[in-house]
Amino acid sequence: MTAPLMKRPPMPAQTGVWVGIGAITMSFAAYSSALIVRQGASPDWVHFTLPPILFLNTLVVLASSATLFLARSYFGAMASSSDSPHAEAEGPPSWLYFTIVLGALFLIGQILAWRNLAGQGLSLASGPSSAFFYLLTAVHGLHLLGGLAGLAYVVYRIRRSSALHAVTSYKAASLYWHFMTVLWLYLFAILVTRI
Amino acid sequence: MVGKLFAVIVTIITIVSMAIFVSRIWWLPPDVSVLGAGIDHQMSETMITTAILFVAAQLVLAVFVWKYPDNNDNRKIKIFPGGATPMVVGAILLVGAEILALTFVGSKVWASIYVSPADPHSLKIDVQAEQFAYYFRYPGPDGKFGQLHPDLIDESSGNFFGLDPANDTAARDDIVAATLAVPVNTPVLLELHAKDVSHAFYVPELRIQQDFVPGLVIPLHFTATRLTRSEIVCTQLCGLGHYNMRAYLEVMSDSAFKQWLNDQSGQ
Amino acid sequence: MTSPASNHSAHSQGFWRKYVFSLDHKVIGRQYLDLSLVAVTTGMILSWLMRLHLAWPTRSIPGLGAVASEAAGGIITPEYYLSLMTMHGTIMVFFVLTTAPFAGFGNFILPIQIGAEDMAFPRFNMMSFWVTFVAFIVLIAAFFVPEGPPLSGWTAYAPLSAVGKDSGPGQGWGQTLWVISIGIFCIAQLLGSLNFIATTLDLRTKGMTLARMPFSTWAWFITSVIGLIAFSVLLPACVLLLLDRVAGTSFFIPAGLVISDKLQPHAGGSPLLWQHLFWFFGHPEVYIAILPGFGIVSHILPAVTRKPLLGPRVLIACMIAIAFLSYTVWGHHMFMSGMNPFSATVFSVPTLIITIPAAISTLLWIGTLYGARMRLNTAALFCLGFVSVFVSGGISGFFLAQPAIDSYLHGTYFVVGHFHFVMGVASMFGIFAGLYFWFPKMFGRMMSETLGKWHFMLTFIGVYCIFMPMHYLGLAGNVRRYSAFTVDYMKGSIPLHRFITVAALFTGAAQLIFFYNLFRSRFWGPPAPENPWEATSLEWITSSPPPHDNFGGQHPVVYHGPNEYGVAGRDGDYIMQTSSEPEPAKVAS
Repeated sequence: MTAPLMKRPPMPAQTGVWVGIGAITMSFAAYSSALIVRQGASPDWVHFTLPPILFLNTLVVLASSATLFLARSYFGAMASSSDSPHAEAEGPPSWLYFTIVLGALFLIGQILAWRNLAGQGLSLASGPSSAFFYLLTAVHGLHLLGGLAGLAYVVYRIRRSSALHAVTSYKAASLYWHFMTVLWLYLFAILVTRI
Repeated sequence: MVGKLFAVIVTIITIVSMAIFVSRIWWLPPDVSVLGAGIDHQMSETMITTAILFVAAQLVLAVFVWKYPDNNDNRKIKIFPGGATPMVVGAILLVGAEILALTFVGSKVWASIYVSPADPHSLKIDVQAEQFAYYFRYPGPDGKFGQLHPDLIDESSGNFFGLDPANDTAARDDIVAATLAVPVNTPVLLELHAKDVSHAFYVPELRIQQDFVPGLVIPLHFTATRLTRSEIVCTQLCGLGHYNMRAYLEVMSDSAFKQWLNDQSGQ
Repeated sequence: MTSPASNHSAHSQGFWRKYVFSLDHKVIGRQYLDLSLVAVTTGMILSWLMRLHLAWPTRSIPGLGAVASEAAGGIITPEYYLSLMTMHGTIMVFFVLTTAPFAGFGNFILPIQIGAEDMAFPRFNMMSFWVTFVAFIVLIAAFFVPEGPPLSGWTAYAPLSAVGKDSGPGQGWGQTLWVISIGIFCIAQLLGSLNFIATTLDLRTKGMTLARMPFSTWAWFITSVIGLIAFSVLLPACVLLLLDRVAGTSFFIPAGLVISDKLQPHAGGSPLLWQHLFWFFGHPEVYIAILPGFGIVSHILPAVTRKPLLGPRVLIACMIAIAFLSYTVWGHHMFMSGMNPFSATVFSVPTLIITIPAAISTLLWIGTLYGARMRLNTAALFCLGFVSVFVSGGISGFFLAQPAIDSYLHGTYFVVGHFHFVMGVASMFGIFAGLYFWFPKMFGRMMSETLGKWHFMLTFIGVYCIFMPMHYLGLAGNVRRYSAFTVDYMKGSIPLHRFITVAALFTGAAQLIFFYNLFRSRFWGPPAPENPWEATSLEWITSSPPPHDNFGGQHPVVYHGPNEYGVAGRDGDYIMQTSSEPEPAKVAS
């Protein structure tokens, strides 16, 4: 049972996240192709300046992936030293909390970006480019909220039982979280180049 | 017992189905267009091929079910001679060849109607489809169509296309009719506009069909070869009056068509 | 995400946990089947109303006026006819043909067939069912909204589906509820597909290699991959459509539309975008409906013919090929849609190519019958019926796959006959075959074979009488989705429509035999043994019905593929997958 962290057989949770990543990728592919088709369909596409806070948000979400990566060593250590009773006593690593805070900050930043846009008089209904902006950020935000729930669940499991029992959840949740970061980078690129 | 019953039922279904196809009680109406013959030819080719496949598959199914029930006789089972390989090879070769043949000819037929451009000397007619009627616009003596302004569309005053005769000279002599009159043996180019939702233009005698898509102007051309009166019907669900949305296609002699145009503009 | 079956035990469950919000895949599978039974009954009643109206448009349908305000005096109005049609299609495609063969049987049987205790994510599984249930309730609610139920068809083409009330009755709340319902349904199916995939990949028992998986499990696995991709695209499409309806966006609504004398405040959208997104989902959806039938028939045929299925690997390869190709053919629904006519040929070729794996599968089934010792029970008959109607429906697809012929047949009853045969009836026969075959395992009781055979024979004749004539109607240019045939050239078809209506009522009446058999057997049928059909796969090594953890604390170990029937020189003529005896010598030929 004390096999190294990375050499376990694939767990359903991990497989499930990979499958989910496939589904989410497909749905964003659909949104993207809708965006491209809609932009080409008629000349009413208005380019506007992206809210500057988006650049900050991008840094925040990148940082959250980094902090989550740093939490990894904690789980690795737990997994290899699970015989010692001392390991059970330790609480969730602070890197995990940092990640959750950064994730929440990112969402707040996205809401600020919406307010910025609304301040410019751009609403969901005012044009296709702003509609896609709101839509893509909202759908990504919803998925990211799911990621936050996943991380919260990891914290809950560590507190309730032990780090060892949270390893599977941690791996699944962090895979999902990193995917959210990559997805945001993709969306950000779409927003920068198309809107 | 039940196997033999099944075999008999399958055989009867196959024979009756084919007999009704062959009797042509329900069949395509006579073709009245230049390019429809290609479609009819393609249809017959496909009909013959698929009829053979249909009858063969159903009858073999019936024969096997008839012949191989379990009679508790401890008979040994047999494997189909050659196993799956001949089926795979056969299906790929036969169906593949059929696909190639049908596509080779069929894509030419398709292209002749929907891809190749209309004759440059075609008679141009604008079609406006709306819930639940068609209107046809002829350019009038000046040979020019007026501009369309959707905001000017007004059913009550009969401005179905949204013309602006007050400011647009080309629009003043445009003729709008509820019937599609065309001269015989003359290439006709329709330009399809939709006023509200999607509709379609379907004339079985012409063998053509095309959706009207709001926001797009879609060309459709044909040449009618016989003096007929056919119905134009809508095949794209457009709301409660969909079943009742239709107009007539009147194919006239040249002189009758000129007279008709005159009558229309006089109104 | 909890590990399967680890934190819920067979005992100490309350009523709610045990019967309603159960985490047991077997309960969830039965819940799906019960839901689809309600849905199929609803859908069938809707189709009778439509058929009655088409045959005798001016006759009053007794009692209807009291139920539906849209049909005052029992006479169906044109808009109510379209609503019935829309709801019939939506209910049947989503809540029957997707729910029963895939989610229903898949949930119950798949974990057992791979030797697992439960699905990978029991909670997701339970959510998946209840989300489907909510979607169904939302859809049914559309019957009772003031502007009437939606009427833009199960395909909900924009802009009719997008512009709202101005475009006529049924386009208010009814259509909005339709979009919401389908969006919710997508979420449920995504959860379900995710579960199926993870379960099949990770929870197979010792020795259950991919090559030893039963065909039905293969089919559900492939279907879940198709579903995962298809519903991932339909969900965004529904979101966009919903925003067009309620938030004033213009994804699908172009500029300059004048509806009910009002210039619509939308601009720039593309109606064809909806069609592309919808059919990118819609065509694979056809295979979501039919592939489980492939699997069920291929699973049952060896057991009832007492010989191995011909070309087992070829069959799996065919299903995979169909799954791949299903994503390349959606444009064949749009030959007449105004998309670039060049692309018609591009979509036509893969559409025709997809007939090759379908034809090979059919040949394998028919070839399996050769030299068999067929035990013609009801499940076997429905498998044979499946092959027959799949051939009939598949062959008419040859016409519609060619744009040059679709030019004439598109939008006619030929299309209706085609897809009802190949997607509706064939899938239903797959469902019936599965039900008669697995009923003993699911409920621990046998169904009546006599009633089953009557049910099959009458249904088989009935569906041919309903759907074969629709091909003749199509050839005569009879247009579908018409609530009455007032067009002159279609009047000649009315007698045939009456025949179809009578056949539909007859076939519907034959289903009463099924319902009677189902309910009687569920409670009073003779107790079922472990393995009544002498079949090889893992569901037949456990009790009927299986215990909570499927194998009573055991973990089956698999040594054989599921296809080892007709084995000579031993007591039984089949080898269980768990049997530890060595591979048999090559079957005598």
